[in-house]
Amino acid sequence: MKKAAIELKNITKTFGSVVANKNVNLTVNRGEILSILGENGSGKTTLMNMISGIYFPDEGQIFVDGEEVVIRSPKDAFDLKIGMIHQHFKLVDVFSAAENIILGLNEEGKYDIKKAEKSIKEIADKYSFEVEPAKKIHEMSVSEKQTVEIIKVLYRGADILILDEPTAVLTPQEAQKLFAVLRRMRDDGKAIIIITHKLHEVLSLSDRVAVLRKGEYIGTVETAKTNEAELTEMMVGKKISLNIERSEPENVEDRLIVNDLECISREGVKVLDDITFTARSGEILGIAGIAGSGQRELLEAIAGLQQVQFGEISYNNPKTKQVENLRNKTPMQIRELGVRLSFVPEDRLGMGLVGNMDIIDNMMLRSYRKGKSVFLERKAPKDLAQHIIEDLEVVTPGATTPVRRLSGGNVQKVLVGREIAASPTVLMAAYPVRGLDINSSYTIYNLLNEQKKKGVAVIFVGEDLDVLIELCDRIMVIGSGRITGIVDGRTATKEEIGLLMTKSSGGENNG
Amino acid sequence: MAEIKVKSAKEPLIHITKRDDMSFSKSALVHLIGIVVAVILSALLIVAVTGQNPLELFKAMYEGVIGTSAANIGINKKYTESIHIAAILLCISLAVTPAFKMKFWNIGAEGQVLMGCLTSAFCMLEFGGRMDNTALLILTVLLSILVGAVWAVIPAICKAYWNTNETLFTLMMNYVAMTLVSYFIMVKDRSGRSDLGILNERTGYGYLPELFGRSYIFNILIVVGMVVFMFIYLKYSKQGYEISVVGESENTARYIGINVKKVIIRTVAISGAICGLVGFMIVAGDKHSLKPDIVGGQGFTAIMVSWMSKFNPIVMIPVSMLIVFLSVGSKFATSAFKVDNSIGDILTAIVIFSIIACEFFTRYKINFRKAKKEG
Amino acid sequence: MSFEMLIAFIQQSLRLSSTLLLGSTGEIITEKSGNLNLGTPGIMAGGAISGIVGAYFYTGAVETVNPLLGVLITLLCGLIGSLVVTLIYCFLTITLKTNQNVTGLALTTFGVGASNFIGSLINSKMGGTGIAAFPEIGKAYRASLPFAENLGWFGDIFLSYGFMTYLAIIIALVVAFVITKTRIGLNLRAVGENPATADAAGINVDKYKYVATCLGGMISGLGGLCYVMDFAAANWQNNILDQFGWLAVALVIFAVWRPNIAIIGSIIFGALYVIGPFLLGLSNKDQELIKILPYLVTIIVLVIISIRDKKENQPPASLGLSYFREER
Repeated sequence: MKKAAIELKNITKTFGSVVANKNVNLTVNRGEILSILGENGSGKTTLMNMISGIYFPDEGQIFVDGEEVVIRSPKDAFDLKIGMIHQHFKLVDVFSAAENIILGLNEEGKYDIKKAEKSIKEIADKYSFEVEPAKKIHEMSVSEKQTVEIIKVLYRGADILILDEPTAVLTPQEAQKLFAVLRRMRDDGKAIIIITHKLHEVLSLSDRVAVLRKGEYIGTVETAKTNEAELTEMMVGKKISLNIERSEPENVEDRLIVNDLECISREGVKVLDDITFTARSGEILGIAGIAGSGQRELLEAIAGLQQVQFGEISYNNPKTKQVENLRNKTPMQIRELGVRLSFVPEDRLGMGLVGNMDIIDNMMLRSYRKGKSVFLERKAPKDLAQHIIEDLEVVTPGATTPVRRLSGGNVQKVLVGREIAASPTVLMAAYPVRGLDINSSYTIYNLLNEQKKKGVAVIFVGEDLDVLIELCDRIMVIGSGRITGIVDGRTATKEEIGLLMTKSSGGENNG
Repeated sequence: MAEIKVKSAKEPLIHITKRDDMSFSKSALVHLIGIVVAVILSALLIVAVTGQNPLELFKAMYEGVIGTSAANIGINKKYTESIHIAAILLCISLAVTPAFKMKFWNIGAEGQVLMGCLTSAFCMLEFGGRMDNTALLILTVLLSILVGAVWAVIPAICKAYWNTNETLFTLMMNYVAMTLVSYFIMVKDRSGRSDLGILNERTGYGYLPELFGRSYIFNILIVVGMVVFMFIYLKYSKQGYEISVVGESENTARYIGINVKKVIIRTVAISGAICGLVGFMIVAGDKHSLKPDIVGGQGFTAIMVSWMSKFNPIVMIPVSMLIVFLSVGSKFATSAFKVDNSIGDILTAIVIFSIIACEFFTRYKINFRKAKKEG
Repeated sequence: MSFEMLIAFIQQSLRLSSTLLLGSTGEIITEKSGNLNLGTPGIMAGGAISGIVGAYFYTGAVETVNPLLGVLITLLCGLIGSLVVTLIYCFLTITLKTNQNVTGLALTTFGVGASNFIGSLINSKMGGTGIAAFPEIGKAYRASLPFAENLGWFGDIFLSYGFMTYLAIIIALVVAFVITKTRIGLNLRAVGENPATADAAGINVDKYKYVATCLGGMISGLGGLCYVMDFAAANWQNNILDQFGWLAVALVIFAVWRPNIAIIGSIIFGALYVIGPFLLGLSNKDQELIKILPYLVTIIVLVIISIRDKKENQPPASLGLSYFREER
């Protein structure tokens, strides 16, 4: 008989007027791996943050080993042997691995970093991790940082481990290694919770699955007795046959030609290498890949936000029939060349929009320079804001509401609406449906399709392979900054793309 | 041990959460309460240290600022003098605002104003009598503005190109400016005094013209114009919009093609230029002299005024008046009550503490532990 | 410069250096916790005037002044006074999460104003000469080691100072050790670098910030006390501590947030400040110009560390930012 390590009863948490969790009940036993499954924004992380003492619940009870506890701070959580590995690592950059691991501990005896480094090695050996305790965090790769995070939690003797999207930044090989470690820990009698929205991970790793949807608890099922279809239904509420419409491309022309592109990040790492592809008018080019494989850098390089070391970015102007070179032009220079490039960045409130400004002022971001006057012209943006609110059914008290107060889907509608209003010839969208509910997602798909029909060259970076396969005409797969294949969206299979995603990562960049 | 402790622990007594935006009226109420608390604290302090009736002191302060008789307010000297002091403070507050709005923590206004003062004094002494007074004034004001701008732009360039910490840089620049002024005074006056007395006392070269019999009315007019300018600049101009975008998110600014470096340098130059203008106003329009502490810490006070007014030029008017009321009022009152006039600084600080503390209550909500679990 | 003058110059430099060293050691501890306390000049003034208050009441209460007791009372008063002033800053910036720059500047206004006010009060009670002086206590602070006089130039250079000079160096060394070599130091640095990480690691961020800032404030306050009691021989004058407060803040940067470098830095700053009169043939105005050097050197250091962009030499990453756990 398995024992309940943690039990949550009727947990509710709100941020201002946003309900992040509502009456959530959950149990995790010792010696099992529990997956918490849910779409982006379904409240998984918030819920776990309450167990690890980052947030404090508004209502509800938490039981550890059958006794009610109050977790007011991460320290309380550690004392209860609960450890969380956050998606955004909580590490001090200028410290070494060992310093980060012993941070905040009240060990007996005097401070001895050498001794700590030794016991870190021991833990690493036990679960076959690779780590250099004296290495500084800012010199580490993501997977090394994650290893440090996990050891940090183990070092504190945690026997309830929470991992938030642990594979988001890992190559499949690294993920498999991690899973092996997690299974070993489970067999050790630890309780493990992993937050994810990837079904295949859930099915291959966990013993039971708890599903959250829009902050509410839907239910828990045993992995052995379920399947993808059932889990998807629990996750999204109804069975989804995506059925995204896809028209045949018309008037196809080469619009954007990227040739042999190479970029080096500020840390001196090669983030893009030998990228060659063409985006055509009237079609949607999908980009697939594990998060952080260079998708962001590629789009930013085209948009003039990322320094390019080598290669060319050429644009065929449909009006003048001239070829413009966009390499290392600033966004301003690109616009002055008459290139109508729209870009929906991944970071909506941090890059695409200004959270504290209202919808009207956010509309102006793209257009405020128009005209010779030194003063702003607010009439046109105001009309545009009204127009977008009505056409895209943006739920907002009004056009003068700061966008940060809108929900994720509505924020995205405002952003995509503005970018499309510029009547682009090239439209790039990075993860445009991340965190959006199904209805908003479909609105976005329809908007992209509309643009395609208008003859826009659409570039769509996505993470959901089902969507990519149903929406895109061609899908380019990148792994570790290289193109590993370009496939036809109409004939490609998930397995094929999945394989390509892992292909180059298995190559020179691993190790 | 630890485990038991946690398990028996109570819910935290006070738990703080972020709140949605507060309505304007509610926020105004919170600030009003803050000011009332500040007044009560000040009153208690006055009673404690002087044993005087605080009402008497406040009355003396009021009379010190407005003048002894309310009947002749319109032409009373003290009245306009106080307004002038408030105007200078207001103008420096306006000067630091664009940079602050961009999250460029320029705390070097003191030095920038002082460099304006130094330039003005230099021009008055060097070029006085060599040209027509109007030409001299124009030359003086332009040079003062230029020097103020340059003084501010040096840290801004380092910030833009190397991300040098501007708070610490501008702070240091203040003291470099002060030492330069002391040096200049010693160069001009070998008697070893710490100020130059009244510049061009007999000739009046480089003095702003008197209006209504007062030398500083001109300054007040400039500041009125500056309030209008800054309000429009920040709210309705394209450059003002760029300042807001850079201040909110540099990433967004880059994304829409704003040259962030250019905006930082341009905005800080404007800040410094207005500071230089204030320096001109102080020397050519009012004091007609130069000493290292001629700005008197108003460069620092202005930062607090700008912050307390949430960067709104209109709100800065009453806030700077309140601060000046305290400092000028206490100067007059203290001579009557025979206490040192530094009590004005103390009262100013108490008011600032109270007003900035108010912000906490408008941004966060305090939840007390529920006495009993509901249902 | 003759040999005697050289010795006198070194002595003066060192005597002034302890004020700067204590001031900046305190500020380093504070900044390591992520708090940029621009109230340091106010705190130093607060510490100094509290010592003077202690001296006033003690000398007023007894017939003959016991030097040791006088020193202890003024030290205690200075510590309490600077603690009280610092607590205002802590409560506002840590508990109420106000802007650190604005709060710090207001605190300087407050501390300097309050010290001037109290100073004037005491001065007027003592006859109103513009200077409040307590010679016996000043003498006690300046008493050098008993055997210093017998050791010639060695004694003059190394042993001729009051105890505060040695205390300042010891405090700086201890603080340097604690910051780099102990668990508490590690936790403190984490709080200043990345409070969210420190919090997640189970460190009580607010507690660390409070304790570090208060301790730092008290050490800075000692710096102010050291100036009036030792360098100025227990004479109070209004507005004297402003510039040393800012010099102490400058020294923090010059020392790239390391108290052991601050020891050397404080001597250099002290030397630059007092060197004028020792350079014969230098006019008054050129002496004045030399006083720019500490600020100029600090600016150059600041710019160089930002250009080199070496992770280890940067200001604490979250310096000047308040921390709220449930921020999102």
